[in-house]
Amino acid sequence: MLGLNKKDTGLLLIVAVLALFAPIIFNPFPSDSAMAQFNAGYPDLMQRFVIFGIFAIGYNILFGLTGYLSFGHAAFLGVGSYAAVWMFKLLSMNILPAIALSIVIAGVFAALIGYVSLRRSGIYFAILTLAFAQMSYNLAYSVLTPITNGETGLQLSLDDPRILDGAPESVGSLPYPTLLGFEMSDTYVMAAGGWQFQFSVGYYVCAVVLLLAFYLSIRIFRSPFGMMLRAVKSNQQRLNYTGVNARPYTLAAFVISGMYAGLAGGLMASMDPLAGADRMQWTASGEVVLMTILGGAGTLIGPVLGAGFIKYFENIFSKINDTILHQWFAIMPDGIEDVLVALVHPFVGKGWHLTLGILFMLVVIFLPGGLVEGGQRIAGLFRRRKTDNDGDGDTGSSTSKDPAE
Amino acid sequence: MGILEVKGVNKRFGGLQALGNINLDIAENSVHAIIGPNGAGKSTLLNCLVGKLIPDTGSVLFDGQSVLGRKPYEINQMGISRVFQTPEIFGDLTVLENMMIPCFAKRDGSFRMHAFEHSENEAEIIEHAEATLENVTMADKRHMHSASLSRGDKRRLEIAMCLAQDPKLLLLDEPTAGMARHDTNNTIDLLKRIRDELSITIVIIEHDMHVVFSLAERITVLAQGSPLVEDTPDNIKGHPKVREAYLGEAA
Repeated sequence: MLGLNKKDTGLLLIVAVLALFAPIIFNPFPSDSAMAQFNAGYPDLMQRFVIFGIFAIGYNILFGLTGYLSFGHAAFLGVGSYAAVWMFKLLSMNILPAIALSIVIAGVFAALIGYVSLRRSGIYFAILTLAFAQMSYNLAYSVLTPITNGETGLQLSLDDPRILDGAPESVGSLPYPTLLGFEMSDTYVMAAGGWQFQFSVGYYVCAVVLLLAFYLSIRIFRSPFGMMLRAVKSNQQRLNYTGVNARPYTLAAFVISGMYAGLAGGLMASMDPLAGADRMQWTASGEVVLMTILGGAGTLIGPVLGAGFIKYFENIFSKINDTILHQWFAIMPDGIEDVLVALVHPFVGKGWHLTLGILFMLVVIFLPGGLVEGGQRIAGLFRRRKTDNDGDGDTGSSTSKDPAE
Repeated sequence: MGILEVKGVNKRFGGLQALGNINLDIAENSVHAIIGPNGAGKSTLLNCLVGKLIPDTGSVLFDGQSVLGRKPYEINQMGISRVFQTPEIFGDLTVLENMMIPCFAKRDGSFRMHAFEHSENEAEIIEHAEATLENVTMADKRHMHSASLSRGDKRRLEIAMCLAQDPKLLLLDEPTAGMARHDTNNTIDLLKRIRDELSITIVIIEHDMHVVFSLAERITVLAQGSPLVEDTPDNIKGHPKVREAYLGEAA
């Protein structure tokens, strides 16, 4: 289907089902139960899952396939956001031209940075991209204030021209980004029993874009172009002496991943029309590296998983404070309760980074292939048990293991 | 005039004269061996032929065109394939994918943005890759991860990757270095078959005399960066200068 083989079609369908039913799947607990704080099915967070998923999918095309570790991809995300907000200010609140411009601008920006940075590889490449991203960040903060509005961040205002939209309908309130007449913040709340499911326009726009982005990434992974990129990672010397010029391949991968980042930035601005320099900071670049590695670099679904995982921790774990802990351990005797709360305290709330850091270390040490490898191992255990039962131990363990699975 | 002409090539590294006035004329479809003791400049010479190093003076003409100043991938596209001393293959890829890459490079040139075709639909490429694998008797291993191949099979795969490009000139840098006797003999047999069945010019750099004398039609002996003698294997065997270079004056 769609030029994919059976396995990839299956993967795409799984992602499609997950994305379409996310408001239900991520909302497993009734809204008045004690567990409701673990629900992730509200539009704001789901949009973040999806947008960072797109960002990580794109990053994976560069890092997962060619092995070039870029440490400055947040710059493209930031540039995309600025481009989108400017489009909202000048042209129209329709998100399509805004997103189109963010992709184009991020692509041009990536071509410039990539052209220079890709002259080096390994750690030098990482440092060059980091330097460019930090330069962009600092410029956005200071010199480029007329474009970026510096510290305050770029925002909509009532006197923006918005050539296509004309005068705002209701004076005194800022317009919302729209698509085909729907506002991104429109949400339909469905109450079913104790559950409240929120279906928002913005989320579904993001989800559809994610599916397109994911589909495109599968096509790239399975194409001869993708094979060349994996060859770059595997042995650049051999590739060179096989008549292939690695530079344009890596540059193309860099630009494609930059455009994905721009797309993510544009979507982010479409959901919430403001853009700040913080989005370009190096910690944001580091985050996408973490997402990709945590999920499984070079795998198709890994980056999406990693993005969801990290964003879930950031938003859910960080909300667990001492009061909530005391509620949890309320059944314990007082002394033990205090000890338990004191023990757990550093790992939740503001300490969520600690939990994430420990998990990241565990994954990297025990599952170098990321969460995807974990999944494969579990699936492998089941498969082995099954074949052992069939009395067929020899299933050719040395045969094909698709490296880009 | 041969397919590869090396004229007056000099290369200096600081105070060391690595190559001194090398002249070579390699006839089309011949097997030419370059031998010499350690430090004779064999690998330096080879690196000058493939674009890794640029000689200080002199010219290198392949098929009438200069290769000097061209990038390794450009020289490969001219028709020169190279086998490394330690097998250089794409370890993360399967054997078949390893074979497909040179086929793509041959068909598409040094860069093509073919990001939307499916690799599995490239029937011609796969067919050619599999036929070449068959030719080196590795077809049964085509779905293996190439990093898990034995040393001998890696070498065989590397040679097959070069053959898949149908090169005019095949350069081999100590193709049997570090191999067990059994693998060495297999490699010799393979190279003999290539020599006899395909019309490819082969230049081989080798330490192992057994390999050299079973394959080569002409031999050039290098010593301290200069060509000592060039002759047929039979004449080289008893040549006093060669003995001297290898074993010292007393022998």
